[in-house]
Amino acid sequence: MTISAQPQAALAPQAFKSDYKPVWCPGCGDYSVLSSLTKAFALLELQPERIAVVSGIGCSSRIPAYTTCYGFHGVHGRALAAATGLKLARPELTVIAAGGDGDGYSIGGNHFLHACRRNVDMTYVVMDNHVYGMTKGQPSPTTEPDWDSKLSPGGTGMRAFNPLVIALAAGANFIARAFAGDPNTTAALIAEAISAPGFSFVEVLSPCVTFRPEQRDWKQMVRAAPVQWTDDAARAARRLMTDDGMNIGVLYKGSRAAYRTHVAKTSKRPADLEEEFRI
Amino acid sequence: MSPARKKTTTRRTPARRPARRTAPPKKGAAVQLRLVAATVAAQSAPPIKDVAGLMAYAYALEAEASERYSEFADAMESHNNREVAELFRKLARIENMHAEHILEEMGWTHPPAPPTGGWRWEGLEGPETADYTDLHYLMQPYHALQIALHNEKRAEAFFKELVQKTPSGKVRTAAKQMADEETEHVRLVEEWLKRTPKPESDWAHDPDPPRWSD
Repeated sequence: MTISAQPQAALAPQAFKSDYKPVWCPGCGDYSVLSSLTKAFALLELQPERIAVVSGIGCSSRIPAYTTCYGFHGVHGRALAAATGLKLARPELTVIAAGGDGDGYSIGGNHFLHACRRNVDMTYVVMDNHVYGMTKGQPSPTTEPDWDSKLSPGGTGMRAFNPLVIALAAGANFIARAFAGDPNTTAALIAEAISAPGFSFVEVLSPCVTFRPEQRDWKQMVRAAPVQWTDDAARAARRLMTDDGMNIGVLYKGSRAAYRTHVAKTSKRPADLEEEFRI
Repeated sequence: MSPARKKTTTRRTPARRPARRTAPPKKGAAVQLRLVAATVAAQSAPPIKDVAGLMAYAYALEAEASERYSEFADAMESHNNREVAELFRKLARIENMHAEHILEEMGWTHPPAPPTGGWRWEGLEGPETADYTDLHYLMQPYHALQIALHNEKRAEAFFKELVQKTPSGKVRTAAKQMADEETEHVRLVEEWLKRTPKPESDWAHDPDPPRWSD
C-alpha cells in the first residue's frame, strides 16, 4: 500500500472495517469496541494506511483482521512488545495495541508494566471481560476471587488484578475506563487516548455473554466518573484504589514526555560493535 | 430486551466486588426476555433550533439503527442463524430507507454532520439502536422483531417528547410528523410479530453448548 503525501478526505467509520465478518459470539462486547475503534479513527480523520493495530491471542485479539488498517495478530501476551517495536521503527504510524485481560495482564503482564514505564507514544485498548473466553471460561487475572464455576469451584480465592492502578504506578501517561455498551463514549475516549502523548491505556469493560452472562447487568451499573480526570498521580491512585470499577471516563492524564529513540546516539558503527564482541 | 438471557438467575458483579456463581440454566427451561423500559428523560431533549437540526438528529437515529442491524445480521450469519440474519438485514434496509428518505425530503446530497454540542441520547445510544447484548446465537425471528418493536417504541417516545417540549411551530410540526411515522412503524412491527410464530419455551437449548459445563 502506498502512503500518499496528498491530503486525503476524511473517511467514514465504515471505511475502517474490513470485509471479514467478526466471529465473536452474538452479544459479545467486542463488536461494540470494533465499532468504537473505527469511529475513533474517523473522528481523528486518520487514514487506514497510517494506522497499525497489533494484538496478541484471544477472542478480542482477532480485532486487527476486522479493520482495514495494517494489522499484526501476534503471539500470546506480546502485543505490546510488537507494538513498541513497530512504533519505534515507524514513529509516523498511529499504533494501537489491543487484546483481552488474560492476554494483557497475565501472559503479557510483564510487557504491560514496561510498556507503561517506557511511555512510548501508542494506545493500548484492553477488552476486559474478567474471563478467558476463547479457552472456555477459565478465571483470568481480573476475575473476582469468589466467581464460582466448574473450572474454579468456589472461586480462585485470589485478589483480582487492578489494571488501572498498576498502569498508573508503572507510569502510563493516560488512563481511561470505558464500557462497550456505550460505543459513542468509548469512541471519544479512544480518540482522546490516541491524541494523548505517550502510552495511553483504555480499559473497556466488554461483557462476555457466553461465560459471564451476568455481565449484561453492567449496563445498569456503569456511570460517568463523578469527578473530572486529574493530573495528580497520588490523587488518581486514591480514586482508582477506591472506585468500584464502574466509573467511566478519563481518570488520569499525566505530563510525562513520550519516549524518544534519539536521545543519545553512538558514534560506533555496527562493524565496530562486531569487532568488540569478536572472540 | 435481552433474548439472550439464558440464565434464570443473574447477579450484579461489580468489577472488584465479590462475584458469586450464576445458576446454570436448566435445559429446556423457559427463557424470559427482558424489556428495558424506553425512557426519554426531560433533559434528554436536544437543543434543536430549526427543522434542519431536528432532521439531522432523525437521520443520525435512523442511520445508527441501520448500521446496528447490519452488524447483527453479520453476527447471525457467522453463527449460521440465517433466518434471523436475513430478518436483521431486512430491518437494516428499512432503517436505511428511512434515513435516505430524510435526505431526500431535506434535499441533502450528503448526510448531515453528526449532531454536536455535547448533547447525547438519554440511553447509551440512540433510541432506535439495539443493544449488542440483545443477541443470542439461537434467537428466532420473533426475538428479532421484539427487539425491533422495542426500538420503534423508544423512537416514538423520543419524538413525542420532543413535540411536547418544543415551542417552535415548524420544529414542533416536523417532530409531530416524525412521531406519527414512528407510531406507524410500531403498528407495522406489531402486525409482523402477530404473523411470526412464537418460539418454544426451550428455544435456547443447545445439545452441544459452547459452555462445556452446561
